[in-house]
Formats: sequence, structure tokens, C-alpha cells
Amino acid sequence: MSLARRIIPCLDTDGASVVKGVRFVNLRDAGDPAELAARYNREGADELVVLDIAASRDRRGTFLETIRRVAEELAIPLTAGGGVRSVEEGRSILRAGADKLTVNTAAVLRPELIEELSREFGAQAVVLAIDAKRCAKCPDRSVAALHHASNSALASGAWEVFVRGGREATGRDAVAWAQEAVARGAGEILLTSMDRDGTRSGFDCALTAAVSCAVGVPVIASGGADNPADFLAVFSEGRADAALAASIFHDNLQRLGEVKQFLASHGIPVRLVA
Amino acid sequence: MNAAKLTLVDYGAGNLPSVERALERLGVETQRAATPEALAGSRAIVLPGVGHFGQLMRTLEERGLRGPLRDAIARGTPFLGICLGLQALFVSSEEDPKQSGLGIVSGSVQPLPKTAKLPHMGWNRLRRLRPSVLLRGVRDDAYFYFAHSFAALDAPNAAVAVCDHGACFVAVLEQENVLAVQFHPEKSGDPGALVLGNFVEFARAKTAREEARR
Repeated sequence: MSLARRIIPCLDTDGASVVKGVRFVNLRDAGDPAELAARYNREGADELVVLDIAASRDRRGTFLETIRRVAEELAIPLTAGGGVRSVEEGRSILRAGADKLTVNTAAVLRPELIEELSREFGAQAVVLAIDAKRCAKCPDRSVAALHHASNSALASGAWEVFVRGGREATGRDAVAWAQEAVARGAGEILLTSMDRDGTRSGFDCALTAAVSCAVGVPVIASGGADNPADFLAVFSEGRADAALAASIFHDNLQRLGEVKQFLASHGIPVRLVA
Repeated sequence: MNAAKLTLVDYGAGNLPSVERALERLGVETQRAATPEALAGSRAIVLPGVGHFGQLMRTLEERGLRGPLRDAIARGTPFLGICLGLQALFVSSEEDPKQSGLGIVSGSVQPLPKTAKLPHMGWNRLRRLRPSVLLRGVRDDAYFYFAHSFAALDAPNAAVAVCDHGACFVAVLEQENVLAVQFHPEKSGDPGALVLGNFVEFARAKTAREEARR
């Protein structure tokens, strides 16, 4: 028996519709969240993530309604977030039907938010989302090197945390921030490589392994998925517990079932749905 | 009261709406009970749960639900505990040693060892120890969704299936009218729906037997 590696489709929304973009810009409409949710539930998604990437105050009601509509369609766990700044906002997202919520910018600005959410809803409901970018001045870190060193020290300084949808650098080290967040009560890390996001050039396995080996909670790798081999790489080299993708599934470039079959045939434990 | 209705204990658990939805999909009517009066006369009771053991027990106490819940179980009312709702059946939990559990099942709840990633979050399979009411018709290799860091590690006599994550723990327990699962059937796709359906069937059969006796 062993825990299956999860494949998680992600719906980036403007609150109401699913949108897509490359490296957080050039957004375009990609469909109705509830329809996509129903499809992924049927096709064997292990979980679904719905994000409000606009996260504007006045549209919060619309997003909560989107969560409700999506939750209606699911018999699998739902994670939702985008712009959560307080326990009350977190509660409204969970009440709308999400099982877990993500925090990102607000947690960087005020890390105590993670403790507050974890105390109120339990660590299993608090997912820290990190948008990380390789530092131009940092040397490249190979996966092999990471696995041999007592890795966090080595990886330290290689990736920087960005906030506000990837628009603002923080000067924080991604690995150190993940460790701090876990110490404060985050139960999972949703780790997006900004370098790979939307590029379909494969997950950043070095980044994922650096974070995954440095924390004792599950890590969801995100950004760069193109084909089944990318998923295999991030689960083996990248040490990911789950992998997230958006456009390749929305556009039918890859089928969830086929990705899972491929992983199963390479010895990765996955939940196959008939 | 409608004989087919299931009572969901409402202590503020986040997964209550999901459990309602999952039962609704099976065509089962549910009602929420947040007061002792609402709990009285229940034909079958579901205790959903996520979060902290201490908080669950304190809220049950504050709402006056602890005694009535124990009484209903003692009377033989079919009961299904989900996740924290399973842990609440034990005598105590190391998550909050000062709070006592319902004490229906002997033993205590302990943290899972940190040798594996915690929380135990995701889909895992079960190992069956004996025939089970809840797992009837469920494939041996079916996956269920778990999200927890504490578990019943010292498998009591009530365990019918276990799971492994750093340590072996009770995944399904059945003790007469008391049934419970550590995973979330409401989030476990088709196998989860089957488990909920098995509980509904168990409760219906028991109610029918009792009415026939009267």
C-alpha cells in the first residue's frame, strides 16, 4: 500500500470564468468552471484547484458562487483561493464548499495569517501557494547535487518568492519560506515555477525537489507541464507528492487517464479510474 | 419524522455540506442537528468531522450534544463517524489529551509518525481484516481520500480495515451499530459513494427490523 501521487487540474478564474495566460499575462477565456469541474471529476482527477487570480474585493461574491457551482459537481477534494487575507475570508471559501484554501501574498505580508488559519481550520485545510522564480544571479542547482547535500542549505538562495500574481519580488528564499510556513501550520505547499509556468517545457524538478526535501508536508508541483514524461520526472526526480496542470488538460492536449496510465506503467502509484 | 431521513450532527464541521451533497446524490434525505432536541428520535446519525479533536469535543459539549449522542448510540441507533468523527469515538486523543472522547470504542488516538509526510493527504488503499458492512461491494484495490495527521494506531477489536502511512492505523471500524471511517467517503468518488450507500442500507434494514418487531 502506498499513497497515490495526485494529478490536479487547476482552474485559474477571473472570479467567474476560467482564464489562461502565459507567465501570468495575456489572459484569455477558457470556459465555464463548473463544466470543466464535472469533466475532470469524471476523468479521474484526484483533486481540483480553483483560483481567483483577479482577487478583486468587489468580485468576491462571484468567486464564492463559482466555488459553490464547482463543488456541486465534485466527488473529489476541492482547493480554492486567491486574495485570502483573513480567517473570515478563509471561512467564506470553505463554507462555499472548498475543503482547503490557498494563501499566497497575504501570508508573505503577514505570516501570522498561516497560524490563524491553521488554528481555526486545521493544517490539512491550509495550503501555502508559492510563486518562485530562479534568481538570475544564482548558480544553477542540479537535482543530483540537491539529493546529495543536506539540501536546504545548498538550495537556499536559488529561487525567490514573488507575490501579487508574480508581479512583485520579495527578496525571500522559496525554500526558507516553505519551511517557515510549515512551522507556522501550513499543511501543504502549492509550488509554482514562474520560469516554467505556461511554457510547456516541463516542471522545474530542481525547485520541486529542493522544497519537497526541505519540508515534511506534501508538495504540489505546478508550472510547465506538457506531456506524461514531465509528470514522471516531477514525481521521481522532483519528489513531488502531487502535480498540477491547467491548459494541457483544458485544451485536451493531454488526457488525465492517459497521463495516469503512463505513470502506472512506470511504477508510480496512481489512482486509476475505470 | 421521515423514516428514511439521516441526521447529520452539525457542530460546525467544514465537510458537512459535502456529506449532505454526497447523500443527496444517493437520493437520501438529510437533516442537520445542532441541538439535543434535533438529535432526539434520530433513526440514523452521521458525525462528519474535520479539524481539531479538542474543538469537536468542546463544541459537542457546548451544544449539549455529547450526552444525547452517547445515549443514541447506546440505544442502538445506526451511527457513521467520518474522519474526526471516527476519532471522537475513542476514549481520548493525543491531539488534545485534556478532552475526553465519546469513549464508545476502547483505545486512544495518536499522531502518525513523522517518518512519512504529514498530513496523510491524498488517496490510499485499505487492507481488510474481516468482512465489512461498509466495504460491501467495494473493490479490494479501491482508493479512498484521506486528510489527517492523527489516527487510531493500536487497532482495537473494532477494526475491519487498516491503512498504512508511516504506521498501520484503523481506516474502517465497525462495532455493532457503530460504523466509522478515517477517510472521507464524500470525497472519494465512486467507492466513497458505495460506502455511504452501504451505511444508508444498514440503517434502513435496522429500522425496518425494529418496526417489524413492534
